[in-house]
Amino acid sequence: MPYLLILPAGLWLIVFFVVPAVQLFATSLYDPSGSLATGYAMTGDLGNYPRALGDYWPQLLRSLGYAAVATLACLALGFPLAYAIALKAGRWRNMLLVAVIAPFFTSFLIRTLAWKTILSDTGVLVGLLRHAHLLGADGRLLATPFAVVAGLTYNFLPFMVLPLYASLERFDRRLLEAAGDLYAGPVAGFRRVTLPLAAPGIVAGTLLTFIPAAGDYVNAQLLGTPRTAMIGNVIDSAFLVRLDYPSAAALSFVLMFAILVLTVGYLRRVGAGALDAVS
Amino acid sequence: MADLRLTGLTKRFGALTAVDDLHLEVHSGSFFALLGASGCGKTTTLRMVAGLTEPTGGQIRIGDDDITRLRPYRRPVNTVFQSYALFPHLSVHENVAFGLRRRRQRDIDRQVADMLALVQLDGFGPRRPAGLSGGQQQRVALARALINHPRVLLLDEPLGALDLNLRRRMQIELKRIQTEVGVTFVHVTHDQEEAMTMADTVAVMNAGRIEQLGPPAQLYDLPGTPFVATFLGQSNLLAAHSEPGGENGELPVSAYGGRFTVPRDRCRAATATVYLGVRPEKLHLAGSPDAVPPGHQHVAGVVTDIAYVGVSTQYLVRTGWGTELSVFAPSTGAEERPELGAPVVAYWHSRHAFLLDRPDGAGDRTAPADLSVDVRA
Repeated sequence: MPYLLILPAGLWLIVFFVVPAVQLFATSLYDPSGSLATGYAMTGDLGNYPRALGDYWPQLLRSLGYAAVATLACLALGFPLAYAIALKAGRWRNMLLVAVIAPFFTSFLIRTLAWKTILSDTGVLVGLLRHAHLLGADGRLLATPFAVVAGLTYNFLPFMVLPLYASLERFDRRLLEAAGDLYAGPVAGFRRVTLPLAAPGIVAGTLLTFIPAAGDYVNAQLLGTPRTAMIGNVIDSAFLVRLDYPSAAALSFVLMFAILVLTVGYLRRVGAGALDAVS
Repeated sequence: MADLRLTGLTKRFGALTAVDDLHLEVHSGSFFALLGASGCGKTTTLRMVAGLTEPTGGQIRIGDDDITRLRPYRRPVNTVFQSYALFPHLSVHENVAFGLRRRRQRDIDRQVADMLALVQLDGFGPRRPAGLSGGQQQRVALARALINHPRVLLLDEPLGALDLNLRRRMQIELKRIQTEVGVTFVHVTHDQEEAMTMADTVAVMNAGRIEQLGPPAQLYDLPGTPFVATFLGQSNLLAAHSEPGGENGELPVSAYGGRFTVPRDRCRAATATVYLGVRPEKLHLAGSPDAVPPGHQHVAGVVTDIAYVGVSTQYLVRTGWGTELSVFAPSTGAEERPELGAPVVAYWHSRHAFLLDRPDGAGDRTAPADLSVDVRA
């Protein structure tokens, strides 16, 4: 019976994920000297991996770094927001939740393009910052790492807020009264009670933010420069511009592997304990 | 010596006065119960002592220290919460150790083990609260509070979530633990049996004020107000008027044309408009006035309801005036058992009656057509 329930989604994943993934893996082993015109020979050559990594390791590290910073920024912005919505908003709760999801009503691309206007050299924000001498006379925001990370943070914030909200919503504030009664001040109460009980939401939120952010190329494309290119941009151009399929496929797998290793390491360190903390 | 002293304590929520100018002293080492119906202000009082609710006015002192405005985590009190509020992510051991760790105490493991032994949960340290029964969680909550050696331990309806048998066992258990550790317990409950079995002193609260305070036996034997008489156990209250005169320390009282007496020292009424009160178990039934033993007073009536509850039989007797009196006859095996509809007389000794003020002539409708008596049974 459970198999019957898994079947539709399972078939979908097999057809549209497993088969293409296997195909992609096969592509990563093609002879790199081939081309669309001459065709690719399947040589089983693992050399594509060290070659791709050797050429593009800076972009890979940059991707992971940007994604990590954006994830932390999402957590810093998202935790207080989710806390307020879950525990303080009262009858405004549903409206605020809708507001968190509202950006999804507009396309990802349009929203990111809008950030281009916000951060542009002639925009209000840059003008204000220059006026306040927080930015030099020729200082800029667009086409900087800040712009890319800000775009990632903006675009993935809801993926942080929603799981955090889900775990904080079940939080019993009487536990904080109990902590206060047992000599825990506000800081200790937060650290010893609120934070551990929100851990499942933090783990889910950070993964849902970090994983897509590490593979993103739209923000770097629209808000950055070649010097802020992420691994997604490299894969994008290898597939669509340079038509270097074996390298593109190899880089895709390198990225997947890197994320997998980081995720497993992360879950081992904080996640597993945190996730069963409340069970 | 008074350990906890509340002076003029008041809490208003908007237009609602939850606690109204409360004055209270709780002696060191005593087991004190605040008893009242829900909404009477007892939990608000407790929360103000714990520091979880800020008073609108008044003062809270522990010993010589004014703690009225102290943050909860700076007060020498600990609370056993009604919901227990155990930390679900921590083991039983860490729950109990929580307060000690916050105050960076030493020798935590041994103290926790001793405390778990006191509440009879040896070996439960590694378990999570979710894996415990209600009674066990209750013990953890108690251990978690007691381990900090509070000057005053506050218990907010601690047994409310337990089933009847377990509640009885925990009542005895709580009393044992209180005697053993000697900490002052302030216990909030709506359950009069719970208050009476455990507490040395019971304060009956109503509408934000204390109606009466004293040892349970004293409150029960001689309640001071109609509320106490009916909230703490049951009472038959007859609308009556006290009369002038009387001798041998007995005060004459008239009710519905009948004349009775009550000892002067059992009169708590300040005016002549009174309730004549008798507890249902202090009423006895006889077949006729001739069978009433000397020194007793009686009214005649008809049995209208009989409920057998094991330890006793509860009768309703409708008097000639239309009032129903509640009578509890213990099942001693020797008692007479009047049948439904049988004419009987209900009698009592005057030393078991009491007189209370009857506010604003309540129940004083003496029109011949309606001789109803305000009987609260």
